[in-house]
Amino acid sequence: MSLAAKKSINPLSAKERIKVPRQLMPEQPAGERNHNFEEVNLGYSPELARQEALRCLECAKPTCTANCPVGVKVKEFVELIVAGDFLRAAAKIREDNVLPAVTGRVCPQEDHCEGKCLLSKKVKPLGIGYLERFVADYEQRMGNHAVPTVAPTGKKVAVVGSGPSGLTVAGDLIQKGHKVRVFEALHELGGVLVYGIPEFRLPKQIIREQLDYMREMGVEFETDVVIGRTLTIDELIQEEGYDAVYIGTGAGLPQFMGIPGEHLNGVYSANEFLTRINLMKAYKFPNYDEPMVDLHGKDVAVIGGGNTALDAIRSALRLGARKAYVIYRRGDAEMPARAEEVHHARQEGIDFQMLTAPVEFISDGKGWLKAARCVRMELGEPDASGRRRPVPVEGSEFDLPLSVAIMAIGTTANPIVQSTTPGLGTDRRGYIQANSETQRTTRQGVFAGGDIVTGAATVILAMGAGRRAAASIHDYLQTGQW
Amino acid sequence: MFNILDAQFIAPGIKRFILEAPRIARKQKPGQFVILRIHEQGERIPVTIENSDPGRGTISLVVQSAGKTTQLLNSLIAGDHILDVVGPLGKPTEIEKFGTVVVIGGGVGTAMAYPSAAAFKRAGNRVISIVGARNRELVILERELRSVSDALMITTDDGSYCDKGFVTDKLRQLIDNGARIDLVLAIGPIVMMRAVAELTRKEHIRTVVSLNPIMIDGTGMCGGCRVLIDGKSEFACVDGPEFDAHKVNFEVLVQRNGMYRDAEQRSLADYQRQTAKRTAVHKDEEQCAVAQRSER
Repeated sequence: MSLAAKKSINPLSAKERIKVPRQLMPEQPAGERNHNFEEVNLGYSPELARQEALRCLECAKPTCTANCPVGVKVKEFVELIVAGDFLRAAAKIREDNVLPAVTGRVCPQEDHCEGKCLLSKKVKPLGIGYLERFVADYEQRMGNHAVPTVAPTGKKVAVVGSGPSGLTVAGDLIQKGHKVRVFEALHELGGVLVYGIPEFRLPKQIIREQLDYMREMGVEFETDVVIGRTLTIDELIQEEGYDAVYIGTGAGLPQFMGIPGEHLNGVYSANEFLTRINLMKAYKFPNYDEPMVDLHGKDVAVIGGGNTALDAIRSALRLGARKAYVIYRRGDAEMPARAEEVHHARQEGIDFQMLTAPVEFISDGKGWLKAARCVRMELGEPDASGRRRPVPVEGSEFDLPLSVAIMAIGTTANPIVQSTTPGLGTDRRGYIQANSETQRTTRQGVFAGGDIVTGAATVILAMGAGRRAAASIHDYLQTGQW
Repeated sequence: MFNILDAQFIAPGIKRFILEAPRIARKQKPGQFVILRIHEQGERIPVTIENSDPGRGTISLVVQSAGKTTQLLNSLIAGDHILDVVGPLGKPTEIEKFGTVVVIGGGVGTAMAYPSAAAFKRAGNRVISIVGARNRELVILERELRSVSDALMITTDDGSYCDKGFVTDKLRQLIDNGARIDLVLAIGPIVMMRAVAELTRKEHIRTVVSLNPIMIDGTGMCGGCRVLIDGKSEFACVDGPEFDAHKVNFEVLVQRNGMYRDAEQRSLADYQRQTAKRTAVHKDEEQCAVAQRSER
């Protein structure tokens, strides 16, 4: 155990710290929450937060920070929690992360900061995500975040897309004194945070507060603008006078399996299903005009094993589904979803049909889905992704009665920006080519990051790209060198 | 917020809006559409752009009352505003010099067919336009279409104006008379587009139709507007809305467009109950507009 040389304010010895159990996150009981859209996790109290913070071993070379895509100074903010200075702890996180209330909730910490926490060699890792969420919420409750003032540089940056990546770029660059305007295609700001992630995991109010804070800092927002249609990248640069453009347009067209019956009524893409619920409030029909299939008493399945799949099926359960299945072609170990979400979903009564895949959707004869014909799988040799390839088990076909099936098997590149921006390089799959360090594209002054570069990934990886892009854009605006 | 500068019924239940939308006006090309949302609780619906005036920064939309949202929209008047309008969406009509182009507009689809007809004409094509409507009162944009067409034919289902029959009767006639047709563009009700496609398939005439599936975002994110083209899923908002008519699976389109029929009917019934009184006023306004029109 290598404690930092500096005298720690933590009164506990390293041995004592390891003996403190990881503080449990207070939760809404599973049997209640599976009928409502209120948040699952209720958040730490100041006492729980301080108790959890005491567990930090204050490593000399913190692996948590090294493994954070945006480089949050975990040790320093946790120490401020121990000291009881929650507002300064929040400010410390904000130096590297403009959306702490968001990442504290949706980041897969097990893959980043907590995954490499030294504590996890012996006991459970430090609850870094829970602590981050605590200070971000505390700051919000106090209504007391400082708005930094900086001298304007006179440079203008356009950010395309108001998802996690774009917001990170905007937040970082406004603090460098650049003028920033964010363009959003939808009528509401926030991208996937708003249309994709449900209320019970990330309340919309949290996003609104983060957006208000960015407005206070001077970021301008414009909704209802589809870059590539309403305005092109070239028009932004040549006619609207932007010195740099960041493209963070996010995930694209939903993929389908190409199996018979996918066009039946009742078969949704996860994006459409979640958009109807989260963005359009279709579950409040007829008070809201956008309709959706009434799920009360219906059997619903999602196809896929990622976070989007779980968001969709847990939403279906909350909207009255009688049975709610996850159909995933690989096993537990291969599931890409965040560990906490899988755990919560099981608690809520989601039925996981692992090593199973649909091969056909069967019609009721009137154009509506009646059942999914499924086949069981077994795992063979590893494939290109390094995960073991699922192979169908002969003769294992069975029919699962379903009224609604939700396809959550990934997305492909949205072509709108690429096809309307001459000289913008794309890869074989149609995603925008960008340097993985500088996020520069093949066009001078144009940067890109997030899902439109990497394909579907996570909020924090998109934010990491945004962070690198902001530094690189700032550099470019200062030097003018490409 | 998008201001309505002018709103006039051009036929019973069909209203033309002139909307302040400078960015859309500058970019709009024939064949494209907008998605709009009237108010905070409103749904997002795709609407045909008839034309635009980049100089004035306005676009004109033509809307036919069908469900709740279009009825509500058609109750709006000059000075009102629409909360969200986004576009222009979809790929524009492919305009080239093909030779002879037959442009077919059915009902309110005529509003979307008209700017394409004009563009085909400007590109040096011989343009023959065919307009079909249920009855005399529902024939729209006759004067405008005539001005950009080498020939204009009109049919009404009930024979109350011009020839009784369907647009396919006129198309059949053209073919039988030995007219050389290089391209057919058909925009209107699905049944009409399907009938046109069946006819031209046999004659090996290249045919394009503009599809109108249910849509939410219109930018290629949700996948709600997927249509079956040559057995493969395509998205009307980014890959269309215009597709090769001979590859479209119209049956799936009809089936998917009926997905929310019950909800739509309930929505409409609720709305009509709530606004029974106001609706009566608008009926008067419509009749007035139609009366004025027939005087002209």
